Amino acid sequence: MITGKKNFLAVLITMLIMVACSSSSDDSPSDSGDNFDRGALLVNMADNIIIPAFEDLQTKLSAVDIARGNFINDINQTNLDLLSDAWLEAYKTWQYVEMFNIGKAEERGGDKGFVSFFNIYPLTIEDVQNGAASKNYDLDSSNFHDAQGFPALDFLIHGIANSDTSAIDKFISNTNKEGYISYLTDVVAQMNALNNSFANDWKNNYRDTFVSATGNTVTSSLNKIVNDYIFYYEKGLRANKIGIPAGNFSNAPLADKVEALYKDDVSKALTLEALNAVQDMFNGKQYNGTSTGESFRTYLAFLDRNDIVTLLNSRFDDARQKIEVLDDSFFSQVNTDNTKMTEAFDALQLAVVTLKVDMVNAFDIRLDFVDADGD
Amino acid sequence: MKLNINTYLNKTTHAAPLAVFRIGFGVMMCLSIIRFWYHGWIDTLYIQPKFHFSYYGFEFIKPLGNYTYILFFICGLSACFVALGLKYRIAIISFFLSFTYIELMDKTTYLNHYYFISILSFLMLFLPANAYFSVDNIIKRKRYEHIPKWTTDSIKLLLSIVYFYAGLAKLNSDWLLKAQPLKIWLPSKYDLPFIGEHLLQQNWFHYAMSWSGALYDLSIPFLLLYKKTRWVAFIFVVIFHVFTRILFPIGMFPFIMIVSALIFFDANIHVKIINILKYLFKLKKEFVSLKTQPYKLKYRKPILIIVGVFLSLQLLIPFRYLLYPNELFWTEEGYRFSWRVMLMEKMGISTFKIVDKETGVFFYVDNKDFLTPFQEKQMGSQPDFILEYAHYLGEHFTNQGHKNVQVFVESYVALNGRLSQPFIDKSVNLYTEKESFKPKNWILPFKDDIKGL
Repeated sequence: MITGKKNFLAVLITMLIMVACSSSSDDSPSDSGDNFDRGALLVNMADNIIIPAFEDLQTKLSAVDIARGNFINDINQTNLDLLSDAWLEAYKTWQYVEMFNIGKAEERGGDKGFVSFFNIYPLTIEDVQNGAASKNYDLDSSNFHDAQGFPALDFLIHGIANSDTSAIDKFISNTNKEGYISYLTDVVAQMNALNNSFANDWKNNYRDTFVSATGNTVTSSLNKIVNDYIFYYEKGLRANKIGIPAGNFSNAPLADKVEALYKDDVSKALTLEALNAVQDMFNGKQYNGTSTGESFRTYLAFLDRNDIVTLLNSRFDDARQKIEVLDDSFFSQVNTDNTKMTEAFDALQLAVVTLKVDMVNAFDIRLDFVDADGD
Repeated sequence: MKLNINTYLNKTTHAAPLAVFRIGFGVMMCLSIIRFWYHGWIDTLYIQPKFHFSYYGFEFIKPLGNYTYILFFICGLSACFVALGLKYRIAIISFFLSFTYIELMDKTTYLNHYYFISILSFLMLFLPANAYFSVDNIIKRKRYEHIPKWTTDSIKLLLSIVYFYAGLAKLNSDWLLKAQPLKIWLPSKYDLPFIGEHLLQQNWFHYAMSWSGALYDLSIPFLLLYKKTRWVAFIFVVIFHVFTRILFPIGMFPFIMIVSALIFFDANIHVKIINILKYLFKLKKEFVSLKTQPYKLKYRKPILIIVGVFLSLQLLIPFRYLLYPNELFWTEEGYRFSWRVMLMEKMGISTFKIVDKETGVFFYVDNKDFLTPFQEKQMGSQPDFILEYAHYLGEHFTNQGHKNVQVFVESYVALNGRLSQPFIDKSVNLYTEKESFKPKNWILPFKDDIKGL
């Protein structure tokens, strides 16, 4: 530092000359001076990613409802299996929707927004069993957030109730079978009704609000969607699906906190879908399609930060590889070789760094609303 | 030489500029405190957090729970008294102590301009700012038209230090050659009317702003001191601060600086300002029959020594970073209290791992369980925050019954548009590292070079 100070004048003069010489060549091609079209980015997200995902979930959830109707009309294992298939399809689609806790979706369900009605796990089985026994339950109450949605269906379709020997017994021989049937019906109805309202609100109302809020304030769409996106990746994906079962936040692994505990062999499939959803969103890839549009990726490219794009995609890919080597059932994986789970967590965590530090930094938006002066 | 100093110290100047400064300062501070309360920040910054980050050596200074409101009230009231010049000496002591206490409660909220207020109010303890146009004049039935010249000059010097050192700090390769961090900050203000979509996106504009910002800071003290350029300089001051106020969330600071810069003007302008105030508040009569006396400073010698030492320290403290071996922007050792204002964009994420030394069993901490979002953001990229928080976590989990607690951190930081890189050595148990003024050897080296001051 001291020697640097001595040569300071020389350095300053050199700086002057360098800037004078390099000012014209410094303009990179992407820095053409025109502003990035954030409106186009929001339109691509809304029209090609978010709304199609909500609509697909509508389709998949009505298929669940049909399978449920068929099952109740004719209670047998085949129909239960068909219901299970429909459930799994819808659950996979849900992985593309969960990050969009915005608009009408965030108005209900407390802190966790609409996720409260779809995917709070681990399930509190007692609430389901007591609900079926007493027929006294309220799915709108926050006490039942952890007793509905996909996890509740998972238990109802695949889990074995107290004193039963197989899953289907709930609906055949269990003393509360009427209660289980109505609980199943109500859970499916709740999911359909809520998702319909969100999908319709997006199409008829919120889409235009979303697309037009192009500013850089706390309530602007880009700020909110980046916030939701990163929150989902860090909490919904990284922590809930891998970190918590692997014991990254507790003294010991908690295998029974995996997603889809009762079906058991789909936790990996769901996690891979979720990771695809996150990566597709980043790259602006159309839902269920191949074309790409304006996205976080193109915004970063505009800001001359392709280094972040490359790094993030490679970190997503690394994480995918670490997840692909896991057992189909994370429950088994945690119990047999938890190290592989924590390795997957570490790989996912690296992408958190790139998202939360590098991407947010490049966009220069605040992650959470920090209301204070700077200087 | 000695004679020269004595002649200078005996020079007098009109008391009006210091009086106007006192009024401006008091009013601005009072408004700042009200604004702080109005935004609910007393609650969110000082009452809600479970844990507060302390300055090294000031760990005993903590928020006072709900009494913190009383502290702010005292501070705001003192500022009003300062503005009025009512019991000035007690008021300014009370202001200095309460304001400084507030600032020391949690370093999360550290801002250069708060530090500026603290040291400026310290300086004002020793200045006869109530000599002229003050309620004290009316009470004592006397006033002083002339005060020692060094008193107003010391404020001018302090202001000049702020600007000039802020300018020196900008003489680095990131600021001048890469236009960082303005290259990050300006384009993100795309939603500003007129300039947002176009001007703020231009590469040349980022460079122009960086260079003119540095030039402004370096030259403005001289332009303000030199009579012929003073008015132009003041217009620059207004434009510069208003522009930064539009671009950045910097609260009251721009207005404080604009009002402060008035002290550079000659007394006749301040007399006019005072006449306007007299007219507005119908105070013409009150000051007519006062006896005018020459001002005599009590305890002159000790005061001169204190002020002299204080100003010398102000010149030296910003250079203490030279005593540390590594990149200043990266380690931030010697970064604060040095007028490094809006100088870098640094962002980090720090994930803490609690390990049982015997069994190797570990878990990660969710920072949100302990910190507010603002604290987490500040902690993420500043080593002294990371260390203090690591100790807090170590204590917390030890008290919870965890055995052989070790605290490690995985930390990544991005500086001025570079990709994030590992920040802290993740193999170092921070729970056994002590805070000190020594270089922190557990900060990983910065894998780049920033040239300059």
